[in-house]
Amino acid sequence: MFFFFLSSGLFLGWSLGANDAANIFGSAVGSRMVKFSVAVVVASIFVVLGAVLQGSGASITLGKLGSVDAIGGAFTVALCAGITVFWMTRLKLPVSTSQAIIGAIIGWNFYSGNTTDMTVLGKIVSTWVAGPILGAIFAILMYKLLKFFLAKSKIHLIKLDAYLKYALLIIGGFGAFSLGANNVANVVGVFIPSVPDIQLDFGFFIFDGVQLLFLIGGISIAMGIVTYSKKVMMTVGNDLMKLSAEAALVIVLAHAMVLFIFSSSSLSNAIQSIGLPAIPLVPVSSSQAIVGAIMGIGLLKGGRGIKFNVLGRISLGWITTPIIAGVVSFMSLFFMDNVFKLQVYNTTKTALKSIKSDFNNLPKPVDIPVNVNLFQPFLYTVIILLIIVIIVLALKLTSKKLKSKDEESSDISRKYKAQEAFLKTELAKANTENAELEKEIDFKRKEQMSIALNIIQKNRFLEKLRAKIDKIIDKSDSDQVELSKLKKLIVENLSIDKDRQRFNIYINELNRDFYFRLLNRYPNLTENEQRLCSLVRLNLSSKDMASILNISTKSVEVNRHRLRKKMHLKREDNLTELISKL
Amino acid sequence: MIKIFKTSKNVILNIDEYFDNIELGILNFKEGVNNYLEGNISEFENNLKIVKKQEEVADAIIRKIENDFYVHSLMPNYSSDILNLLEKTDDIIDKIKDNLSQFDVEDPYFPEDIKNDFSRLVSLSVKSAENVIPAARVFFTAPDLVKDKLQKVIFYERETEKLAIKIKRTLFKEMPFLKLSEKIHLRYFTLHVEQVAEASKVVAKMLSSLVIKIKM
Repeated sequence: MFFFFLSSGLFLGWSLGANDAANIFGSAVGSRMVKFSVAVVVASIFVVLGAVLQGSGASITLGKLGSVDAIGGAFTVALCAGITVFWMTRLKLPVSTSQAIIGAIIGWNFYSGNTTDMTVLGKIVSTWVAGPILGAIFAILMYKLLKFFLAKSKIHLIKLDAYLKYALLIIGGFGAFSLGANNVANVVGVFIPSVPDIQLDFGFFIFDGVQLLFLIGGISIAMGIVTYSKKVMMTVGNDLMKLSAEAALVIVLAHAMVLFIFSSSSLSNAIQSIGLPAIPLVPVSSSQAIVGAIMGIGLLKGGRGIKFNVLGRISLGWITTPIIAGVVSFMSLFFMDNVFKLQVYNTTKTALKSIKSDFNNLPKPVDIPVNVNLFQPFLYTVIILLIIVIIVLALKLTSKKLKSKDEESSDISRKYKAQEAFLKTELAKANTENAELEKEIDFKRKEQMSIALNIIQKNRFLEKLRAKIDKIIDKSDSDQVELSKLKKLIVENLSIDKDRQRFNIYINELNRDFYFRLLNRYPNLTENEQRLCSLVRLNLSSKDMASILNISTKSVEVNRHRLRKKMHLKREDNLTELISKL
Repeated sequence: MIKIFKTSKNVILNIDEYFDNIELGILNFKEGVNNYLEGNISEFENNLKIVKKQEEVADAIIRKIENDFYVHSLMPNYSSDILNLLEKTDDIIDKIKDNLSQFDVEDPYFPEDIKNDFSRLVSLSVKSAENVIPAARVFFTAPDLVKDKLQKVIFYERETEKLAIKIKRTLFKEMPFLKLSEKIHLRYFTLHVEQVAEASKVVAKMLSSLVIKIKM
């Protein structure tokens, strides 16, 4: 019978697993960083471990708020919370299992006449606000730290991807552990007072009734993860966190830390041992912690991507969810009690409690000091101050970041301009050098032409001189021997000419590249033919070439003809044009 | 999941080898065109052979990298962008190979007066490509430093464009002795060389947008 009543809690656990697993592995699976099957195995194992090993802390606080002492009541409360979550999700209203169960318990308190401990309620409500804020703070700090580390380490992006995959899996495991530890109280917390007193001995360890209840609660969450979380991970998870893998990692870790802090009794004890106030162990909303962490990253990035309407919807959810769950729970309890005659609360206990409260409400003597509880006002003041400080810090951070970005961009543009100017001067310098070299080549070419012309003129003059001497020799009265000597001297001068030698050196030097290309194309040309080509390139007439080469014009023509043959030129091909193109 | 570190190590090595190949291809292109202009035909043919080989190797490596990225889901958020970047880098070596092949097949005639400018055009275009490869390399280790290197790529691309216009103007306005067909032929070769710088600019733009995306 107990298991039948527990079914409403298990349904709540199943829906929690199906929805909240996306907060842990949504981005990793949605972006294919981690395989769904691996994520499911890790999440299921750790959620059960978290529920069994650390689930009691938050359950105790729920028990303090309202100990649902009848199994029928526990069933109705869990069912109402489940229906509220389901109905509000269908209406696309922001909802949290934690808030729904608190509202349903308060509804039970009202119906059964139990007094709601306002201190405990204050603690719980404060954690709803503190959860997202803490998530944001953790996310900001860790993101900064991670970015600093990555900038220093200069890890290759591909290697970083491998590290991130493992980190997402490990941190996802931690997240699942924290989810199990913190949220199992929502699932089975209300059933604790009704749990049968049994013990299961496994040899190595013994499970008592409560631990078994947590194990079943954990398994129900795991079942939700296995059977229905894929769809949510692929849609909701991906939409919620379309962020880089680094940001997703930090967000999941921040979320896991928030859930862990509000569920770890050992951490709370450790803090208490150093004189600080104990951490309230309360089930907090996993989704809201995630949204808080995302907001933190958004703030860090200069406020981009912050959806303030989401913040408003969350705040609205803090009020509407418990109220709706409370009303539904109150009405359902009335219905169960009066229609199905199901015992929804322990009447004897409640009667005793009402007598006790009547006794306490009797007029008291004046001299008894009034006990004023200052904890709640103090807590609210701290929370409000914390919110103000965070907003101021965020605004400051945003303006500072914008300012530094402006400075950085102006620095970069100045640097680029300087670089461009430097490169332009370098280019201009290279251009001037090129122009100078071209000028030098031009000058040498002109010089070569002038030498050629000089040789031609001189040779023409010497030819004329020789002709005149011939004429004088023909006349018998002249000194024939002297004139023959003079003629010989002129002929020698015609063939051994220093100017010509110099010209040849010039031609060879200037046309080195030309000869190279010429030989590359026509490898069987002789030295004389190469020289002829260089003269053809200067566009000289055959007569001028003959003068320079000290051969007859006829010989030049014959040489040209041979050259054409060697170069396999057709009748219509122009030798001068072909050579100048080389 | 277990093999992920080994796979990522292999991919890193492959990416490095891929960039090495492209860098060598760029250097061979520059040398090849200069050899052609100087008439060193046998050396030019050797450069063309090397570039063809390197292009084939680069293609094989990129297929391997693509396969690893998809099979092992590496960097799922950015895989398509990174593979696109590598493909665009591959365009540089493709253009280089096509260019040298066209020199080999079409055997363009370059008048002496234009050779110097053409050699400078190749050198500027190659500088643009030479600068984009270190930028692509540094993107994988320190994305913040990419922007510093991209400025040079854009600068050399602009200078290539300017010089290409100058060459085209010289061809059509100052060289009446060239046939129209020869002018158009050379204009195409100017365009082909310009495309190497253009491809580098495309890679540079992709890199700058990828850096922004990865830092978001």
